Amino acid sequence: MFDSADMFRAFQPHRDKAIVLVTGTAGRDWREVSDNEKRDLSLQGAMGQTNSAALGFALSQPNEKVVLFDSEGSLQMNMGILGTIAGKKPKNFFHFLMDNECYATTGGQPVPNATEINYAGMAREAGYAATFEFDNLEEFTDNIESIMKEEGPVFVAMKMIPKIENEPIGRRVRKPQRSRAETIKVLQEELGITVP
Amino acid sequence: MAHEQAALLKPESLIREFKKNGVTHIVTIPDSETNYLYELMQEQSWLEIVPSSREGETFAIALGLTVGGKVPVCVIQNTGMMESGDSIRGMAIDAGFPLVMLIGYRGWTRHGVITDSAARYTETFLHAMGINYYLMESDDDASRISVAFEEARANSRPVAVLVGDEYHGFNRV
Repeated sequence: MFDSADMFRAFQPHRDKAIVLVTGTAGRDWREVSDNEKRDLSLQGAMGQTNSAALGFALSQPNEKVVLFDSEGSLQMNMGILGTIAGKKPKNFFHFLMDNECYATTGGQPVPNATEINYAGMAREAGYAATFEFDNLEEFTDNIESIMKEEGPVFVAMKMIPKIENEPIGRRVRKPQRSRAETIKVLQEELGITVP
Repeated sequence: MAHEQAALLKPESLIREFKKNGVTHIVTIPDSETNYLYELMQEQSWLEIVPSSREGETFAIALGLTVGGKVPVCVIQNTGMMESGDSIRGMAIDAGFPLVMLIGYRGWTRHGVITDSAARYTETFLHAMGINYYLMESDDDASRISVAFEEARANSRPVAVLVGDEYHGFNRV
């Protein structure tokens, strides 16, 4: 397992102009690392559906690289999306999975079949163009440059160290973050998109 | 007494409405009654179909498409709409973008008693979510798709069109 903040720091130099979406507890680390907030998009809002929304956006902008950092808890709620994504074959879609084997935000309870399930294998058999899996930072760092040159849909499963939250919800300290609506507005301006 | 063909809802009428309203994508899970509509949609070069695995996906995929400047319509059955509650809440209503959803009204009958609970709860579900809707039973009602688009765009909200003719008009007869 490796740290999600370290993983994001290894990814950042190879981001180029990609539009980045994140989910889950681990996804919060991206805010400290991103160097292009205008191209960070939040489409969270329903259980397990950020991956579906990211697919929709990738289909709408086929000339933009779209990178989703999904979580395994989210993916388990919407596993059929693997077939949906593979079926549409978006060449611009990069689906990273941060797998910490648990629901970190609810106290660290394990996700179903947490240690034995093979997400990369599922994505491969669903029909993704390329799949990878990493359990250490060194190998991830050595390969991320070539991964970002692959033709999508690409799936990258990564074992992440869980950052479990046990504080009662009312006592948790959250850093301020931009709202979903704000990220959408800024990105649409950046890309010159108007909603018909 | 047999229905007259003119009274049926023809898939061609829906396609015309989609084109008129600038629809670019259909995010859908087909059902047996919409088979011919699916075939017809596939033949349109200006229309891209996004087949989904589960109805909850369709509203999130539609949001992503809308954010990217496209005009999607979700085409699903009422059973799938009810499965999609959290997605409709978080990805359609809360998102504040226009969206038209075409819902197959399984079990609907204008005459007699509705026995299918899928139909019994359809309008109740829409009321609970605060989503306005229009019923479409024949070609004469097809323009209600345009009405739904106008309303969705004016209010930046989802609007439903219930397709109450799924057992007749969509079949190739």
